[in-house]
Amino acid sequence: METTFNLLKTFTEAPGPVGREHTIREIVAEHWTPLVDEIHTDALGSLIALRHGSGPPPRPSLMAAAHIDEIGLIVTGIENNFLRVQPLGGMDRRILLGLEVTVHGQRPLPGIIGSRPPHVLSAAERRKVAAWDEVFVDTGLAADELTALVTVGDSITVDRELVALKNGLAAGKALDNRASVLAVTLALDILRSRNHTWDFYAVATAQEEVGVKGAITSAYSLAPHIAIALDVTFGKQHDDDGAGTFDLGQGPTIAMGPNFHPQVVERLIAAANAEEIPYQPEPVAGGSGTDAWGIQVAREGIPTGLIEIPLRYMHQPVETASLRDIERAGRLLAGFVTRLEADFRPHWEDEL
Amino acid sequence: MNDVRHDPLITTLQTLADLTGVSGDETKVRRAIKPLVENHVDTLRVDALGNLITYKRGTAENPLRVLVTAHMDEVGFMVTGHTGEGGLRVAAVGSIPERLLPGTHVWVGQEPLAGVIGLQAIHRLHGESFPQAAPIEDLVVDIGAKNKEEAQEAAPLGTVITFATRCREMGAVLTGKAFDDRAGCAILVALLQGERLPCDLYGVFTVQEEVGLRGARVAAYAVEPDVGFVLEGTLVDDLPKHEKDVSPTTELGKGPAITVMDRSYITPPRLLSHVLKTAAVESIPCQLKQPGISGTEAGGIHPARGGVPAITIAVPCRYIHSPRAVLHPNDLANTLRLVRASIARLTPETLAFT
Repeated sequence: METTFNLLKTFTEAPGPVGREHTIREIVAEHWTPLVDEIHTDALGSLIALRHGSGPPPRPSLMAAAHIDEIGLIVTGIENNFLRVQPLGGMDRRILLGLEVTVHGQRPLPGIIGSRPPHVLSAAERRKVAAWDEVFVDTGLAADELTALVTVGDSITVDRELVALKNGLAAGKALDNRASVLAVTLALDILRSRNHTWDFYAVATAQEEVGVKGAITSAYSLAPHIAIALDVTFGKQHDDDGAGTFDLGQGPTIAMGPNFHPQVVERLIAAANAEEIPYQPEPVAGGSGTDAWGIQVAREGIPTGLIEIPLRYMHQPVETASLRDIERAGRLLAGFVTRLEADFRPHWEDEL
Repeated sequence: MNDVRHDPLITTLQTLADLTGVSGDETKVRRAIKPLVENHVDTLRVDALGNLITYKRGTAENPLRVLVTAHMDEVGFMVTGHTGEGGLRVAAVGSIPERLLPGTHVWVGQEPLAGVIGLQAIHRLHGESFPQAAPIEDLVVDIGAKNKEEAQEAAPLGTVITFATRCREMGAVLTGKAFDDRAGCAILVALLQGERLPCDLYGVFTVQEEVGLRGARVAAYAVEPDVGFVLEGTLVDDLPKHEKDVSPTTELGKGPAITVMDRSYITPPRLLSHVLKTAAVESIPCQLKQPGISGTEAGGIHPARGGVPAITIAVPCRYIHSPRAVLHPNDLANTLRLVRASIARLTPETLAFT
């Protein structure tokens, strides 16, 4: 395998706006195909790959879900030489001015989000966060050419190179959630040399950022016996009080709360301990806001767990994570899978 | 558009725009310019402030002394402190609106080291509205340092920081950082590389424009010119707006922008009409910049010694003082043509008040 940084670079720099995930999906499929027995794309655009387990059929199955879509912008109009836009998913408008983007028109077009020069603005205007009707994308093309190449409804993604910071941190765009897609990829690679009795479905889910749509539909299709979602969580940064955030470089989190089956949580912790992987317990009081929330209530209900990678500056083009945490999340997932006995099923103590 | 990969003017701009040269720390830019011009000028030296002063002898008998300046420095940041968690506190060098900073990648120091500026995740603001951008005092540059000591070692107090932006093509235009004023620097390099002119040409690559026209002021004193030309990258304000009748200041692709008056000086009428007439005679497109906005080095040159007639000719740039500006390559080429022709056609009579 390539280095974790290079893989993360490939995965994060590729575009995959919500509902138009084809480019990143093809890249992930290329990496997964040599590691799995079957692979296909479902009706919503989720990529579903299967590694057969070694147990006797019919085998139970584990589903690991990590979303491949990313937030972006959508073209809502063309005005003079500029594009009007609205958010696609939870785009943060505090970071828009001056941002480099790719407009997915007839062909990919480089663009930047324009800003008025400070020389003509009042002191108050210079501090104002731009409202959506003041946000315009400049492609350097004149109106006639722009109209020929771009239509209302085209999607726009952030164009940002992944960079290495000190202490094994990496910063860029779409680490939410390509960091987890990479962790699943690393788990698939590990599983080539380790026995697992259960079938293992790796799913790169589509449309998480608009309501975990790909997770809901793929969990229905696969009807797994256990599902583990992988996502990012809030990393500790300079401007928070520490509550509800997790240190970078101290391992992935294992989530606990109503969204998660206690025996799945227990086994994730046991796998982390057995593999000597540091982890951080993450209490989630209600909805986790991740694929796990949708998967848990698929069909008659699915025992679900969640592994999260601490990430600073979520939904900003400077999302920052620890490469080691990504690797550990992959090892934790693999360690969890290999420890599933053929006859294990999560159950409640008082279950009849 | 020309094939930009083979246009030396654009190649020079790309080389210079990608360098870090925040006001007061222009060494890297100066070192890149020197080899481009040294075989084309008669003398060159670096003065006490860091200006690169070049001299190219004229062909006329009693040549006029013509000063042409372009500033090497760019707006950026400086490290002013270190947080306990290893973040860098910064101050702006020159005018950069705070609302442009969140979400940017930056280059810290001259190595450079990668850094990012991020905010509290929007999810954690719980519906809080944010009409105002965070003040720069509340931001940190994150280089991934673990603690204060590591941050201090990697980026000591005073380290300069620029936006991590590489110059590239985009549609029919070029985008990059520091076009204000590496665009002017690229044009001055080309002017010096060209044929000798009748006048004595003093091409000065100046420092510290963005913090108060400091380099141009001392260069004008030292050179003691008969006339000064200032090459700039100036603003275009052409995004659609709510307000009606707001001037775009200048327009992209409409040729060099000539200053009649800005906050720092007024162009003498004879010099202004000389340049406009030159543009007409040579069929070079040009435009007048909306008066009264921003300041340029002409403001530092015109009061030098007993006074110097001066004029600013600029390449229109969208989004100057932001992480990524935009210019049209034709404007770059036409600015070079106009300044060269205007200097070639100068006579003592052009400059005299009647």
